[in-house]
Amino acid sequence: MSLVLKLDHIYKDYITPKLVVPVLHDVCLHVEEGEYVAIMGPSGSGKSTLMNIIGCLDRPTKGTYELNGVNVLNKDDKTMADIRLNNLGFVFQNFELLSRQTALANVELPLVYAGVRKRERIQRAKQALTRVGLEDRINFTPAQLSGGQKQRVAIARAMVNHPRLLLADEPTGALDSRSSTALMELFEELNREGVTIVMITHSPEIASYAKRVCNIFDGILTERTDSDRTRIEAAGGSNR
Amino acid sequence: MFENIRLAFQGILAHKMRSLLTMLGIIIGIGSIIAIVSTIQGTNDQLREQLIGSGNNTVRVTLGSGGESYDMDMSSSLAGVHPVSDATIERILALDTVDRVTCYTNRVLWETAVYYKDRSMMTANISGVDDQYFDTLGYRIRTGREFLQGDYDHFAKVVVLDQIASDALFKGEDPLGKTIEIYKNPFTVIGVVYQPSNFESDIEDIEDYQLMNDGESTGMLFIPKASWPILFKYDEPENVIVKASDTDAMTKAGQRTAKILNSTITVENPSVTYEAEDLLGDLKNKQKMQNATNIQLMWIAGISLLVGGIGVMNIMLVSVTERTSEIGLKKAIGARKSSILWQFLTEASVLTSLGGVLGVAAGVVMARIINLATGIPVGINWLAAIIAVFFSMGIGIIFGLIPSIQASNLDPIDALRRE
Repeated sequence: MSLVLKLDHIYKDYITPKLVVPVLHDVCLHVEEGEYVAIMGPSGSGKSTLMNIIGCLDRPTKGTYELNGVNVLNKDDKTMADIRLNNLGFVFQNFELLSRQTALANVELPLVYAGVRKRERIQRAKQALTRVGLEDRINFTPAQLSGGQKQRVAIARAMVNHPRLLLADEPTGALDSRSSTALMELFEELNREGVTIVMITHSPEIASYAKRVCNIFDGILTERTDSDRTRIEAAGGSNR
Repeated sequence: MFENIRLAFQGILAHKMRSLLTMLGIIIGIGSIIAIVSTIQGTNDQLREQLIGSGNNTVRVTLGSGGESYDMDMSSSLAGVHPVSDATIERILALDTVDRVTCYTNRVLWETAVYYKDRSMMTANISGVDDQYFDTLGYRIRTGREFLQGDYDHFAKVVVLDQIASDALFKGEDPLGKTIEIYKNPFTVIGVVYQPSNFESDIEDIEDYQLMNDGESTGMLFIPKASWPILFKYDEPENVIVKASDTDAMTKAGQRTAKILNSTITVENPSVTYEAEDLLGDLKNKQKMQNATNIQLMWIAGISLLVGGIGVMNIMLVSVTERTSEIGLKKAIGARKSSILWQFLTEASVLTSLGGVLGVAAGVVMARIINLATGIPVGINWLAAIIAVFFSMGIGIIFGLIPSIQASNLDPIDALRRE
């Protein structure tokens, strides 16, 4: 199995004129192809910062990061944009759909930036929407869709480019529990099909869907042991 | 690109009111400029027609002295200036800018010179003309006939009148075959000619220019060149009219003809020369004067465009702020800086181009209204309209640049976090 993510000794400090705020401290994370990893932590733990670094939106103060075996930290903005376009799929808490565009147009967007021709774009976007079960909603605008459907559109958009890694930041944060469960089932399904997923969440319950869970607290990432896992699953299971 | 244009239109349609108000400055600015340009164009066209005549292209080359036309007094001939020889005419005709040549002698006749019965003319203009004269100047026969070869051969005492002279002497009577007296010499009227008029003017402030151009306000009498000595006793210096090959060649044709004619004369007074009138030059000067005021107006309209451009910039800045999360998302999913830059630049220039198109429409309407309200002639200059649209596109690019750069430089993390 090849490594999709290889983060080693990542430090991130936010530097303000008055003081230096350390956010990430010696974070190491290796994710292999086909894995489903949840990174769990409370707000302020540095999980969003880690997510931004993994998503090539931010650069660490120190450390090395290889995505698909490519060092991404020495690249310029343009190359970083291309890396995001070709290797990463983003799913956000609040969906981030373009409100005036149809579901189809939203899903087409990454293909537009990839320079794919119109006909192929439509075909691939339709495929992706079918994959998430929205084939009968392709011409709906986000306002005409439920929260769960919106997040499915967002997932279709994230997957349309066949990225190496699906990055989800609190994907269920704006969903009710039924939609959340359905979404998690979709994630499991995608993962079974071979999609590598890194999901960030503050909720143990959601994290329990992942095959592997990491905790982040005060900028320190720790791998969870199997005993933790069973304990959490027991606790989460009773809630469900 | 098409995608950007589609998105831009979608954005404009989504905020119809806002877009319209944003475009208003551009619409007014472009509209005013188009209206002004149309007025300039219309006035210029009319001036050109008035001064040059449509399609006639004739240039008078007259003997003058120090800028004044030479005063041909009754008593003496001018030594050293001879009638224009056939050889000289050949040389003039050889010029590639000249289509036709005619030579004529000309005098002003005062009261008591011309009589029909007891009726006389206050002033009249008499010309001894060759067989090219009427055709070159575009005269047409109203009634009767032109001179025939026999009239020249036999020094016939025949006269052709123009409409004004005919009206003055005959007051509606049929002039054909009647005999009039010119300096007590009887001449038979054989025809009446007219020049199809180009002077249906309604420009009031260039009346002087009309007067300058038309000798026709006094009546004209034409006699065969050969018969001229019957009245005036000797061969007089001749003036020349050339018909230029086209309007733009008029100045050149006149100058070259004058040069050839000047090479044939030998006068003691060096200020006596043939000079070509320069209608085209006069026209250009006149147009320049007219246009000076209009160009000031254009500057004022330009300020409106500037204000419009700033309005566009302002609304684009607002739009960037409003759409921060959209920009952040696009960058996160892999849009390059340049893609975002182009998106916003396209949006700004589509907005202003649309404003430009509406402005041209408004300008055309304004021009028509000006025409109807004041009678100032207008001519729509479509080249100017196209330039105006591209110009407004340029305004969009220039004033959209700062907001677009701002958008493209947004940090996707901040942009996504801000809600």
